[in-house]
Amino acid sequence: MTATAPMPASLKKPQVVKEDAMWLQKELINRNYHELATAREAGRKVSATFVPGNLNELLMCFDFARSLPETNALQNGLRKKSGRLIMDAERDGQSEDVCTYVKADLGMMMGGEIGPTGEVLPRPDILLLSYTGCFTFMKWFELIRHKYGCETVMLHVPYQGDGKIAPNMRDYVVKQLKDTVIPTLERISGVKFDIDRLRQYMRESQKAEDDLVAVLQSAKNRPSPIDGYFGAVYYIGPIFTAFRGMPEATQYYRVLRQEIEQRVREGKGPVTPDGDMGEEKYRLVVEGPPNWTSFRDFWKMFYDEGAVVVSSTYAKVGGLYDFGFRHDADRPLESLAEYCLGCYTNLNLPSRIDMICRYIDEYQADGLLINSIKSCNSFSAGQLLILREVERRTGKPAAFIETDLVDPRYFSAANVKNRLESYFQMVNQKRAAAAAGSVPPTLAAAAAALPPEGAEFAPRGGPSAGSVPPTLAAAAAALPPEGAEFAPRGGPSARTR
Amino acid sequence: MSDTRSAAAIVERCQALYDDLDFNAVRQWKASAPGRKAIGYMPIYVPRELVHAAGMLPVGILGGGDQLEVIQGDAYYQSYICRIPRSTIELGLTGRLDCLDGMLFPSICDVIRNLSGMWQILFKDKYVRYFDVPQNYEDAIGGTFYTHELEVLRDDLGRLRGAPVTDDELNASIGVYNENRAAVRALYAYRSEKPWQAPTSEVYLVLRAGMVLPPEEHTALVREYIAAADSTPRPKRDNARIVMTGSFCEQPPLGLIKSIEMAGCYIVDDDLLLVTRWLQADVPADGDPLVELSRAFLHHSAATAARYDQKREDKGVFLLKQVKTRGAEGVIFAAPSFCDPALLERPMLQDVMAKHKVPYTAFKYAENTGQMAPIREQAGTFADSIKLWSAA
Repeated sequence: MTATAPMPASLKKPQVVKEDAMWLQKELINRNYHELATAREAGRKVSATFVPGNLNELLMCFDFARSLPETNALQNGLRKKSGRLIMDAERDGQSEDVCTYVKADLGMMMGGEIGPTGEVLPRPDILLLSYTGCFTFMKWFELIRHKYGCETVMLHVPYQGDGKIAPNMRDYVVKQLKDTVIPTLERISGVKFDIDRLRQYMRESQKAEDDLVAVLQSAKNRPSPIDGYFGAVYYIGPIFTAFRGMPEATQYYRVLRQEIEQRVREGKGPVTPDGDMGEEKYRLVVEGPPNWTSFRDFWKMFYDEGAVVVSSTYAKVGGLYDFGFRHDADRPLESLAEYCLGCYTNLNLPSRIDMICRYIDEYQADGLLINSIKSCNSFSAGQLLILREVERRTGKPAAFIETDLVDPRYFSAANVKNRLESYFQMVNQKRAAAAAGSVPPTLAAAAAALPPEGAEFAPRGGPSAGSVPPTLAAAAAALPPEGAEFAPRGGPSARTR
Repeated sequence: MSDTRSAAAIVERCQALYDDLDFNAVRQWKASAPGRKAIGYMPIYVPRELVHAAGMLPVGILGGGDQLEVIQGDAYYQSYICRIPRSTIELGLTGRLDCLDGMLFPSICDVIRNLSGMWQILFKDKYVRYFDVPQNYEDAIGGTFYTHELEVLRDDLGRLRGAPVTDDELNASIGVYNENRAAVRALYAYRSEKPWQAPTSEVYLVLRAGMVLPPEEHTALVREYIAAADSTPRPKRDNARIVMTGSFCEQPPLGLIKSIEMAGCYIVDDDLLLVTRWLQADVPADGDPLVELSRAFLHHSAATAARYDQKREDKGVFLLKQVKTRGAEGVIFAAPSFCDPALLERPMLQDVMAKHKVPYTAFKYAENTGQMAPIREQAGTFADSIKLWSAA
């Protein structure tokens, strides 16, 4: 990192090794929390919105302090605070079945809105419901509105059911921006909309986007200088949240890119919490969000084995920049609409499969790992078919593990580790077979293979993915984890009032 | 009249349709004239008028119920995802849905949304459409978007049958469905008035028959059932009048509905098979049909968890209206396990009910729930408590 972005000494903790850019990212995030905490005394209005379809440039036009509830939840997960918050929300009537991001956020609000950094966060003045790629978003903000009376403005983003953005879809989003969203933001903030201001922010965004893509695509090198999943969540932090469009973000990505390009020149692999990663043995593509409550332990299971994630779909949840999208200041509202419409979880399943296959090819990956998240139907429903299709099309082995976003009850380290180790063995076998000139069926192939007619399956209620144990596709880190209580499937739950 | 059927005979016919997981009624309808096509649709709502106007049979697909052994379908889903997609996949992979020429997947939740993509991959020879609906209710914004979506569907169906679907055909179909909606409204009004004469276990089957029968035939069936049910007095019990809500997608097993009734509850309103009552008013059948269908959707739809409430004050208004207009004494929240829309909506609705002093109870189910004793006990306790409270 250059002298333009010195790290605060107080943030440097010797026991954890991070790239300078990671420290800077943390500083930016913490600074945003401080801005939120002091927004009232600074006379600023506060907005909340979601990461996919996050219209940060637009919100900045109205001088809002900007909160992102998913980020709050994951930050609380990283800091081991989310488990209690989730249980508080469940005691308040939320079902054990539903999204734990929502429950962690509601639990935080119930507990006095003490944010991840310990500062009290203000109640939002406006909830910008960018309804993009996740049905739960709608209920999430309805719940907050119902409990706290915050005003909500809906931006409905149609789904790419046919795998493309039709003009009607874009026009619909633009109309909502013009006729509903912008007038509401003007009224709440008291600031008149200035499209040239928006254009300026979008120009700034584009610079950062160019540099982010260069960073993410650096993983095509061998060894990869970055981890495109665990490391990438640091890299995407500023651009997916409250900083895209700000000069600070532009600077962050410029410096990050320089840092990564230097690592490429030096032939270095990724920086991990334990220092530089050793020999790169496995190159993986990962589908699905990470687990946050055991994030470092989870990552360690990879780098201890020499596994680097060269690309991940999660790092595209806030925008598909690597496939060419850039915010376009010459057509600002249309560009914002296309940004929302193009987020990863707004893609249909065939498009998601195409994207993963392309990553496996372009990044020369050994295979696909799916981290299936209990909380997230948007990601998870259909992932077993994704696994099967990717294996069929690429011939590369795939594996399936199950965790959760921020509910520590659903992270079973032993199960995840076992499955990963088995998966790496499988990759080795496949390599050995390929080297020997024959390609016997891999465990992963068997795992992914869906049953022939009449085949016997594990009964429901057993390990999920419950198809073909003892394979990897099945039951990787099977839920429920040790000690967790579940209502039995097929039976009524006990919840009654 | 000698050909007048009893209510029991009508219900028996409906039960047979309900039990038939091979959709023989659809197959017979298709076989009775050359070139006929059938289009499946999932909950909650699709404009069936368009399918009908194309000369095709709209077929409601509601999972496999409690009689289907799900074998292959489980291989596609993790344990924490609801049951309806896995049993629907099972129906498809076992050839039971071969009679369908296409499938519509309405915008209801992420699971059904993603199922549309799975269908595209698994059944490449079928027409598949994710049918999006607006969450903005302004005619000039959401209406414009929705009218275009309708236009696309209309064009697709026209291509499928080999001739465009005309406005006249559409208006005629709107008329047909207006009649069907009127019959269903009459059925619900009758059940509310005399729930002992038309128990929900029967009403549900009569309604469910409309998922596989042509609408004209179903309308006649509903009317026939009301008349037949009213012709033979049945004993009136001192049951609690309740509204059942949360069951708008994955269906509860019939045994669950019976258990609630046996436990001392009259179900006087519900959100089962909501497609039959989604549009709450007649759609004008003499205008621009797509514009009229759009207006009806925007301004006269039922409320449900999959639909955005624009204002905080809107939350629970529809359910409260059901309670008040039907004279209900309580609400049973019955939602499928892992149903995000219903389960996230529930605390808000419960709060509204509590503020209006409407008692409620809640449980979860799956379409193949087999153990009814806990539900019977819970519903019975709830009914008893209502009676105690109302007597106090």
